[in-house]
Amino acid sequence: MTAHLLTELTIFILAVFVGFEVISKVPTTLHTPLMSATNAIHGIVLVGAILVAGVVDTPYNAILGFILVVLASLNVFGGYTVTERMLQMFRPKAPAPKREDAG
Amino acid sequence: MTADTTLANPVDIAYLITAICFIVGLSRLSSPKTARLGNRISALGMLIAVVAVLTQGIVNWIVVGVALVIGAAVGIVSAQRVKMTAMPQMVALFNGAGGGAAALVAAGELLKLYHTGQPITYDVSFTSVLSAVIGALSFAGSIIAFLKLQEVMTGRPITYPGQQVVNALLLLAILVSWGFVVAGSPYALNYFFVALGCAFVLGILFVLPIGGADMPVVISLLNSFTGLAAAATGFVLGNSVLIIAGALVGASGTLLTVLMGRAMNRSITNVLFGAFGAIKTTAAAGAAKQHNVRSVSADDVAAMLAYANEVIVVPGYGMAVAQAQHSIRELEDQLEKRGVEVKYAIHPVAGRMPGHMNVLLAEANVPYTSLYDMDEINPEFERADVALVVGANDVTNPAARTDKTSPIYGMPILDVDKAANVVVLKRSMNSGFAGIDNPLFDDPKTVMLFGDAKKSIDGVVAGVKALS
Repeated sequence: MTAHLLTELTIFILAVFVGFEVISKVPTTLHTPLMSATNAIHGIVLVGAILVAGVVDTPYNAILGFILVVLASLNVFGGYTVTERMLQMFRPKAPAPKREDAG
Repeated sequence: MTADTTLANPVDIAYLITAICFIVGLSRLSSPKTARLGNRISALGMLIAVVAVLTQGIVNWIVVGVALVIGAAVGIVSAQRVKMTAMPQMVALFNGAGGGAAALVAAGELLKLYHTGQPITYDVSFTSVLSAVIGALSFAGSIIAFLKLQEVMTGRPITYPGQQVVNALLLLAILVSWGFVVAGSPYALNYFFVALGCAFVLGILFVLPIGGADMPVVISLLNSFTGLAAAATGFVLGNSVLIIAGALVGASGTLLTVLMGRAMNRSITNVLFGAFGAIKTTAAAGAAKQHNVRSVSADDVAAMLAYANEVIVVPGYGMAVAQAQHSIRELEDQLEKRGVEVKYAIHPVAGRMPGHMNVLLAEANVPYTSLYDMDEINPEFERADVALVVGANDVTNPAARTDKTSPIYGMPILDVDKAANVVVLKRSMNSGFAGIDNPLFDDPKTVMLFGDAKKSIDGVVAGVKALS
């Protein structure tokens, strides 16, 4: 194991602890938005996807990279949009104006 | 030792800001009031990271640009169109996309190193296989979960003899190929793709035998896998923001998996390898018990509810299938107009994903303050005049408390049977999805209202209106 890998492993483990700490405070009512928010966050592989697609100019990288960027950006944009849509529905107790057709 | 005076790369500083945005964003999910801002902070972090990476000497602008636009368009449009009842499928799909992308990034990086003839360290070869394997598992598993949730394929567990042996052999093949890649075999690239392929097949096979009722556990687990795959990709690329983001997602998915398992009183291994549903089906077939139930009309239920003081609604997957949440909200309005107190009891594994019922009720404008967790609401059932069970079954089954032979024995349930009266809305008396006998239906204080949940509730609403 290189020193570099050890540093990265340290970052990883600390981030796992931060993750547990933060996530354990999320109330059950928000568990679905939580899943979709974390879904959006793992779309960060988009960064890796862009590096594969864009930095080296060989045909296989272009093809593989294209598929990759499509998948990852689908993940990012879809994930954030759907989370936003869900979260705007959560309301505290207030006589919200009733919609005729909530679709 | 001399001090390292190399200036930090601005891109790395951007990644650090991204990581902070993700953590702050997630911590804001601790309350529905701050959650929306949290999601936007997280999205801002993502934007910063993407802009930063675009400064890294991109040569294939067209490829990157076109792919980004296609992905964004498909993602945004489908996210806006999807019905709230279809949210579990949607989450499974995005999860699969992320997992697949993580696996292919690792593959792409490895290919790049091979073709440019750069030395490949043990670290990179080890983590690239790790990333590819977890990512492919998550991708294939998510696709199967999606197909099951979308009801393209049966939601029942699919089992065949020798299942565990096949899975074990696939796992062995993955480990052996992994060894060859790390050992620097001349055919390392081939072994890499063998591992990738085996992981893909394993992903399919491990979700196939899992029944629909166990989906909340599986979805959470797949979420965690994709996070870990992203983190592993971070190790391959030496990119800290991927490592941090992946770790956060992995932690979240793991925590949810554990919570869901606990809510079913089952270990994760039991869910994954127990072929639970198969056992259930045989149990049900053996005990085709004659039920002695009281079936009533919507008007009878309306009268019961209208003259109650407190009503507790217990939603389940049946509510999602029938899209009955808006009708339930209307019923709540009518009852509250008459001074009836209405509360909602949410079992952690009701539905097909964690928090599924909460999102559906939120869509119907039910305030989240009316929704109660199992532990909060259970003491309340004794005081309730009516418990209205809408398409929930196993989570209300008193056999879980008493019957040691029941497959769900020991699972914490909602104490619906403690209420003065119980109304169960159900499509028919068929044993239904899980196939477990529910003695609640035979209870003398239980009445059944058969039919589609939405139509039944609409009938009850009309009945309540007629009374006033």
